[in-house]
Amino acid sequence: MITQSVKMAVSSIFSNKLRSLLTMLGIIIGVMSLVVLVSLVNGATGSITDSINALGNNLLHVTISDDHNRPVKLSELEVFTKDGQFDLIAPAAASSATASGAYAEESAQITGTTAAYLDIQGLELESGRFLMKPDLDNHSNVAVINADLATEVLGRRDVVGENVKFNGKKFLVIGVLKEKNSSAGISSGSTLQAYIPYTSLIRLSEDISLNVTSFCISAAGDDMDTAEQQLESILLERFEQDEDAFSIFNQSSVAETMSSVTGTLSLLLGGIAGISLLVGGIGIMNIMLVSVTERTREIGIRKAVGAGRGAIMLQFLIEALIISLFGCFLGIAFSWIAIEAVNIIGSADYTLSTGIVLLSIAFSTGIGVLFGLYPANRAAKKNPIEALRYN
Amino acid sequence: MIIFQDISKIYCIGSEKVCALSHANLHIYPGEFVSIIGPSGSGKSTMMNIMGCLDTADKGQYLLDGLSVKDCTEQELTRIRSQKIGFIFQSFNLIGNMTAEENVELPLIYQKLPAKERKERVHDALERVRLYERRSHKPGQLSGGQQQRIAIARAMASQPSLYLADEPTGNLDSATGYQIMEIFHALHNRGNTIVLITHDETVAAQADRSIRIKDGYMTEVSI
Repeated sequence: MITQSVKMAVSSIFSNKLRSLLTMLGIIIGVMSLVVLVSLVNGATGSITDSINALGNNLLHVTISDDHNRPVKLSELEVFTKDGQFDLIAPAAASSATASGAYAEESAQITGTTAAYLDIQGLELESGRFLMKPDLDNHSNVAVINADLATEVLGRRDVVGENVKFNGKKFLVIGVLKEKNSSAGISSGSTLQAYIPYTSLIRLSEDISLNVTSFCISAAGDDMDTAEQQLESILLERFEQDEDAFSIFNQSSVAETMSSVTGTLSLLLGGIAGISLLVGGIGIMNIMLVSVTERTREIGIRKAVGAGRGAIMLQFLIEALIISLFGCFLGIAFSWIAIEAVNIIGSADYTLSTGIVLLSIAFSTGIGVLFGLYPANRAAKKNPIEALRYN
Repeated sequence: MIIFQDISKIYCIGSEKVCALSHANLHIYPGEFVSIIGPSGSGKSTMMNIMGCLDTADKGQYLLDGLSVKDCTEQELTRIRSQKIGFIFQSFNLIGNMTAEENVELPLIYQKLPAKERKERVHDALERVRLYERRSHKPGQLSGGQQQRIAIARAMASQPSLYLADEPTGNLDSATGYQIMEIFHALHNRGNTIVLITHDETVAAQADRSIRIKDGYMTEVSI
């Protein structure tokens, strides 16, 4: 019975090709907007969280604004990692300086730090080495620079062993970092970065002293909230329970905020797309009502030769469902094409989100049934005598 | 076996009541070929609608093979229509976007017969009206007489005991009408009950028995 109804529905859809296509268009557009928008938002969310995670997701950054006469000395930084909750710690004193080299002169961000910084931040070296303990002990004028600084100031990437000047002071380049993928558009301040021993930065900048006011620390485990609480209680104890004396910046909380923002965004866009799908559904209902009226005589004939209410209802319901689902599949196909086109044009890497594809199929089915029900019921309720007399 | 016991049917057109059928009494025995004759508006179609279980009487009782139709639900009426009654209409009433074959198969689909049996019955019915070779034509590609033969094949396919024909030759020229009547005679000879509604005296005369109806009242004429 159902296969027969499907056959009949398909043949009546094909006997009115243009009308069926126009009706489907509503669903096609609705599904396309739903699938494409949500897939794009999901893709963007993925790449943003990836780049946040790339910054180090078990990382806490502490800034001390008031040390209550108990400054954190560079030499005593290691006390924070003693209890096993934390893994590595490194000072991160930022200062800006004019970097000049054989090629150009640019303003760069200089970070004074120690050897552990490389692992905490998850930086990767392209050539050379990172800072080591002797560099700090000797207040060496050595620098690790990022790829941008190498190319823009020194003219090329393989500059290990050459000199670069920060505020006129000569520094030996001992390492160059790999270029970071910044497609997500998140840059941490200046793109020209250099890392020099903390002790050397003290000589370069007046604001920096042996009292560390900014450091980053990596948690040993994955539970960043507990790690943050732990660190907070240690610092509160040290700074006379003054909550305003310091601030802790939790990288993973940024990621969470980010994903909740994009979650809301995809819900919002999905909602708008859902409305257009609903409008498509109303289009189906409209055309089904027209079709039922047009085919009144056919309904009468079917009833006279033995079709019951259920059979007529089923036939029209299946017709509405097929229009809706066929439109949905076309919409998904077009969405795939659209996303591939975006990928090729924008050289991005978006994928069709499986979840939203399934959701749109479910939604289209629901719409087909919901908006097919009323016309189908109207068809089923027709009086066969009057229907046969209809012209 | 068709028994009409004092059947009346009243239509309300606006505030006016029109009595389409008034105290009709009728017996039609199995295997009979009965014609019902009368001018238009005489209540012929009302009678056929009631007989075909498309409509129910307001008063009186209609017994079809001993079953009181009045007490049937809509679902039961649908089943009776599909299994016991074959309709043939004046305007053929074939579905335009379906082929001859599909039109003949339609009642069998609603009877939920298996595909193999449907195919056999469709083949058989189309052979009997001598239109098997035109099975994949649509009604629009067939002449009026051919369309009516397809409609008869559709009625035959469900192997009903009662054929109800409402002016089957009304839209056809006399030669084609004659062909159609031949088919009815063939059906009658195979033992089927045929009720033919017409306003044409010569067509009516071909039946075993004629029932004349006028303004809702009926009189029986035996031939």
